[in-house]
Amino acid sequence: MSEPLLSVRHLSTEFIMPEGKVARALEDVCFDVFPGQTIGLVGESGCGKTTTLMSVMRLLPSNGRIVNGQVKFNGKDLLALSEPEMRGYRWKEMAIVFQGAMNALNPVMKVGDQIREAILLHDLMDRDAAEKRVGELLEMVGIARTRRDQYPHQYSGGMRQRAMIAMALACSPDLLFADEPTTALDVMIQAQVLELLRDIQKALGLAVVLVTHDLGVVAEVCDSVVVMYGGKVAEYGTADHIYNHASHPYTQRLLASFPDLNRPADTLASIPGTPPRLTDLPNGCRFHPRCNVKVKECETVNPKLITISEGHYAACHLCKGQETQFA
Amino acid sequence: MSRRDYLLRKLGFSLMTVLIVLVINFVLFRILPGDPVRAVIGRNVRISPQVQQALRVQFGLDKPVFPDQFIDTLGQWAQGNLGISWSQRQPVANILIAKLGNTLLLIGLGQILSIFFGVILGLLAGWKRKTPIDVGALTFSLIAWATPTFWLGIILLAAGSTWLGLPTGGIVSPANVSKPLYTVIPDVARHLALPTLTLTILYLGEYMLIMRSSILEVLNEDYILTAKAKGMSHWQVLMRHALKNAMLPVVTLIALNLGFTVSGAIYIEAVFSYDGLGKLFQDALTKQDYPLLQGAFLLLAVSVILANMLADILYTYLDPRVKAN
Amino acid sequence: MHNLTEFWRTFRRNKLGLLGGFLILTALLAAIFAPLLTPYHPTDVIRDANGIGMTFAPPSAHGPLGTDDAGRDVWSELVYGARISLTVGFLAGFIAMFVGSLFGITAGYFGGWIDNLLMRVTDVLLVIPDLPLMLVLVATLRQMQLNVSPLVIIILVIGLLYWTSTARLIRSQVLTIKERQFVARARAIGAGNAHIVRKHILPQIMPLIVANTVLTISTAILVESGLAFLGLGDPTKPSWGTMLNFAFDRNAVTNGAWWFYLPPGLAIVWVSLGCVLLGNVLEEMLNPRLTTHHLEGDENMISIAAGQGSD
Repeated sequence: MSEPLLSVRHLSTEFIMPEGKVARALEDVCFDVFPGQTIGLVGESGCGKTTTLMSVMRLLPSNGRIVNGQVKFNGKDLLALSEPEMRGYRWKEMAIVFQGAMNALNPVMKVGDQIREAILLHDLMDRDAAEKRVGELLEMVGIARTRRDQYPHQYSGGMRQRAMIAMALACSPDLLFADEPTTALDVMIQAQVLELLRDIQKALGLAVVLVTHDLGVVAEVCDSVVVMYGGKVAEYGTADHIYNHASHPYTQRLLASFPDLNRPADTLASIPGTPPRLTDLPNGCRFHPRCNVKVKECETVNPKLITISEGHYAACHLCKGQETQFA
Repeated sequence: MSRRDYLLRKLGFSLMTVLIVLVINFVLFRILPGDPVRAVIGRNVRISPQVQQALRVQFGLDKPVFPDQFIDTLGQWAQGNLGISWSQRQPVANILIAKLGNTLLLIGLGQILSIFFGVILGLLAGWKRKTPIDVGALTFSLIAWATPTFWLGIILLAAGSTWLGLPTGGIVSPANVSKPLYTVIPDVARHLALPTLTLTILYLGEYMLIMRSSILEVLNEDYILTAKAKGMSHWQVLMRHALKNAMLPVVTLIALNLGFTVSGAIYIEAVFSYDGLGKLFQDALTKQDYPLLQGAFLLLAVSVILANMLADILYTYLDPRVKAN
Repeated sequence: MHNLTEFWRTFRRNKLGLLGGFLILTALLAAIFAPLLTPYHPTDVIRDANGIGMTFAPPSAHGPLGTDDAGRDVWSELVYGARISLTVGFLAGFIAMFVGSLFGITAGYFGGWIDNLLMRVTDVLLVIPDLPLMLVLVATLRQMQLNVSPLVIIILVIGLLYWTSTARLIRSQVLTIKERQFVARARAIGAGNAHIVRKHILPQIMPLIVANTVLTISTAILVESGLAFLGLGDPTKPSWGTMLNFAFDRNAVTNGAWWFYLPPGLAIVWVSLGCVLLGNVLEEMLNPRLTTHHLEGDENMISIAAGQGSD
């Protein structure tokens, strides 16, 4: 296998809350993204999916900081870069499509201008060439070129999402982060946007990190899956590993709680309890308060990621496997 | 609703307000004593009852007040005939026009400076939130709000004339009174310094506050994060994305402030004996020169209403979302 | 806020609110206990050994704020002036509160064309410049020779022109309350409008009305001082604004008598500031709709991330 495009190792992020409390938003997060691969980052609300993206792109708010870890992009550790150097990576090497693109686009600027701005910002071409590219990008996502001069509020929700995708591709990045790109849309549009993402990815050879809480979407498009819980990676492996050989109790419960046409309706089960407050994490495994198969050790020792099989890892004391040394 | 409908609605509202002002003006000044005939020929002229009656007929004062006299009066106002001032024995309209420029100069300068500095300080305060700069700016605004306009003027007058030798009043030195203003600019500037400073200090606080809270709100929006993700520096984000959005409430504030600025001008012109509409207004009040008072009120009120309307129109062109409302 | 103790505890933590309360309280106490705090009566002329009035005497052991243009003790004038300034401010504020609440409740509760009409009236009033209109009204009222004190005229004029912000605030509150269940239930059992307003709506918005009134009072005090400065007050009952009118007209500035023109202004700022601080804090605490989300953006996002909000 080739070298990973993005390699995240032991990433840990904290936020300082009002009144001085510290929220441990990410702990020891590890995963790889290979060129052209699609990775799904799944978990419940507040589990740290978005924070992971923000940490990798170093776009944390002022009270957030990365306290540990390495983020290597094409071998270069992004966390060691200065801010101006990091800016050179943003959008050019890795871009992000935010969820609910309603306000992600500046309401008083024309859509075309915003896309063009991204191109000109990184000095990729002159103004005229950039203008042409804007047209190409819009067409690529299925928006008429003539709509270039319109404002975001004149686009429908789905169109705005697609415009954001067009903008994200403006500098031909190698990696695309998509943060819940379909959550705010209705089902029909969701399908369209997903298909668009897949087509673009195939055409451009992009790697995509898809953040979502929708396991169905992940099953459709992702090569690998990272399941997160309470700021940690619970399980990580290929789609086959996760869906057919789920090892972490949380993953298993998650899969069970998802409606499946092949299962009788009464087997739908939700996971009792709520995700932990990141300022007040339980000792030991973060999932143990809601776990129905826990043992004594789970309450005191935080499990590390162990290798269950080639490319399949889980952080659970009950899983049999070797201790992983994530380099 | 479309922009056109929105503008038409604003226009309609402004016209209705002007009409109300006209009615108020008419009614109030009918209550004020003084035979309307007197209003035209002056208070101290002696005339016999027959002549008075003949004049009444001539001026249409024997007709019913509503609607005849009202319409007549409106007609006169429309032609620029605002009566004759009792204290100055001149047509009111002429007096007003002569002083209008002075007040516009003062208010205009004061507003421009307070907007300029207020916006910059607000930007700074919002960006460097919770730092001493921010806290200092907030404290300043608060105290400025609680300070009476005229009192600040008095203090600056005292301080400025004692320590800086600035003039204590008027718009030009006595030697330059009859010269056109543009020929004696340094003198005008010296006289304008303190009054303008007073206005600027007072209104700066408001603009700073609005800009600050506007910037804070804008900086929290998603598109700011998008801009940063695109690789823009903080400064670029501020200038290219945040500023335009944050300025919109400032424009609204300018419109809202117009009425208060006029009030402020009345106080400041009183304190600095500045020869503008404000001082005129106050003089007319004390001298009970009702035609002048009425004319000045009409001019001030209608100007503010129209300026408000213009500001509204301007806003619709600045914010593309207004079309969709 | 459901009870007084909870309210008091929260309020106590807010330093600015406490400061505001302190400022107002001291002014009130000074006004009430004026005779105890002043060595002279404000109309007494202080004379020197030869019986000549000591005009523009600087501050000294006898008079901490010196004397005015006629030889009267400025400190005494100041403390007694509090009575006038505060009374006019409070009364005008209450009138504005009353009118504003009336308009606000009526517009919010009945909606429809009544709401439209009242809001148009509010808008018109807001556009017309305030001071010119007030001056003209005061001039008219005085000419009508109604035989009332100029202070009454001032109170009336201020109260009748400064209710707009109250009206808007109350209206939007009533609009939210109107939609709540207990109102619908009350209507379903046949309760009349007056009853609903009195029993269900008024108690809910009363705290907010109080908070807003404090703010209105601060405006009223400032406006009164301005009108008094222009000479529209009662010279026999000088407020702080009237004192400044005297100071300015009688050349305190040219005579360098800063002790005459500085203190009254400071007093105005003192009380105004107090009302603004207190009023703002009260409004924040009592108005559930005031969002400050944009002022706590980072914290907001993190509390979501920390699992305290919905994502």
